[in-house]
Amino acid sequence: MKTYSEINEKIASGKAIVLTAEEIIDYVDRKGLKAAADEVDVVTTATFGPMCSSGCFLNFGHSNPKMRISEAWLDDVLAYSGIAAVDVYMGATQLRHNDPANMYYPGEFRFGGGHVIEKLVAGKKVQLFGLSYGTDEYPLREVRTWFDINDLNQAVMVNPRNCYQNYNLAVNCSDKPIYTYLGYLRPNMRNLTYCSAGQLSPLLNDPFYMTIGIGTRVWLAGAQGHVYAEGTQHAPSTERNEFGVPTGGAGTLALTGDMKQMDANFVRGVSLKGYGVSLALGVGIPIPILNETILRHTTVRDRDIQAPIVDYAKDYAQATGTVLGYLSYEELKSGEVVIQDKKVKTGSLSSYSKALEIAEILKSEIREGHFLVSEPITPLPKVQEMKPLLVRENDA
Amino acid sequence: MITKKLLLYFPECETEKPIVYKLVKDFNLMINIFRAKVTPDEEGYLVLDIGGDEEDIEKGLAYVRTFKVEINETNKGVRWDQDRCTACGNCLPHCPTGALHVPDRGNMKVVFEATRCIECLSCLRNCPFGACSSLF
Repeated sequence: MKTYSEINEKIASGKAIVLTAEEIIDYVDRKGLKAAADEVDVVTTATFGPMCSSGCFLNFGHSNPKMRISEAWLDDVLAYSGIAAVDVYMGATQLRHNDPANMYYPGEFRFGGGHVIEKLVAGKKVQLFGLSYGTDEYPLREVRTWFDINDLNQAVMVNPRNCYQNYNLAVNCSDKPIYTYLGYLRPNMRNLTYCSAGQLSPLLNDPFYMTIGIGTRVWLAGAQGHVYAEGTQHAPSTERNEFGVPTGGAGTLALTGDMKQMDANFVRGVSLKGYGVSLALGVGIPIPILNETILRHTTVRDRDIQAPIVDYAKDYAQATGTVLGYLSYEELKSGEVVIQDKKVKTGSLSSYSKALEIAEILKSEIREGHFLVSEPITPLPKVQEMKPLLVRENDA
Repeated sequence: MITKKLLLYFPECETEKPIVYKLVKDFNLMINIFRAKVTPDEEGYLVLDIGGDEEDIEKGLAYVRTFKVEINETNKGVRWDQDRCTACGNCLPHCPTGALHVPDRGNMKVVFEATRCIECLSCLRNCPFGACSSLF
């Protein structure tokens, strides 16, 4: 048994024993759970993939004369400006103005909010075009200028939903190709897309949220951010297997971090043909090994993690809830799986290779005493289901 | 018998000559064209495999060089930008020859082997990060 402050003292003195969620598997196999729990202080988890519910608040500072920006575009991508005078929110999936979307199906979706965010983190100049109706104290009605992240007072990423605990495996059982947020799916189940870091994924290594909660310090694309709330659609009451792994999406996290501290390698605009734009993010979360139970959860391995196969042509679109079966991440990562006696090639939208890189970076930062673990202020809900939207005929 | 993968660049003035026909007929070469964009009055590109005896290939290429056609044996028509690639693996099931592949399933790093690429361009359509691009 260890406490957060004991672990932090070891980290601060540069003596903490830190392993990645991949390394810990063999380590515990070798040493046994009890000895390993005594020795190991922190296990680092990580993930890198498209996380659509992401975006950032930007504050431009005031022009002279002043302006209450009521509509704003960054590199021609609309930013939400229904907040204070020179604050905007740039969302990851916002399309560029005049993008034909899927009018010429399938659309290309070359540039959007996620790409603007990538440019900002990379230190590139971005164009601001703003309009206003003008007021007595904010007389300026129009502005066009170029800025980079250093010109901003604040650039804070605020992501309502990141790090889905587990995720669907997308296939297409129809006889026509479809374009989805899980990529191009060829007809008659000729390929499958998965999207999780599996055994490295943060919430799969702490399936019951014993250490990850509101206030947990996280590595968000290189910045030290934190969990500010449960993620939207957080639905932990999903059925689980003997390792606590949920059979579907389940838990999610809302994350925030200072974009000025981020590394552009881990903040990347995403274009999905026929679907839209998004933002791929790298997230690392340290799990303090307070006891054996917490350690045991971090030893989850790809073969223990199953994800549901869903037909995105019909069952996803029509919300039927039908699952065609389950596959483990060990099978998925082999490149080919068998579904209903048919060989199916697998692809992924989550980069295991980048997740490994992040788990290693976070490990070094903790070993060198630069990254402390934090006790949650409030735990995440452990019982909660996801509600559908009821489409009512009227307000009765 | 050997096979070479080449990228030929045709300046505007050379697009009207039946160079490939000559390679087959006069130099006894087997030609397998992967991709071509040759428009009269415009520049053109041709990516192809040339197969045959080494000597015939040398003679054939010497013939091609008598025109202003540029022969490029290293840079093919499809480029993979390692820095743009995040190794997500979305391209893998769509690459028919395994030119884009994962040699080590332990670290899941993606590599591009240009010699196996037949320039179907499916990676261009499927890469969410724009890591793959085409010269033409």
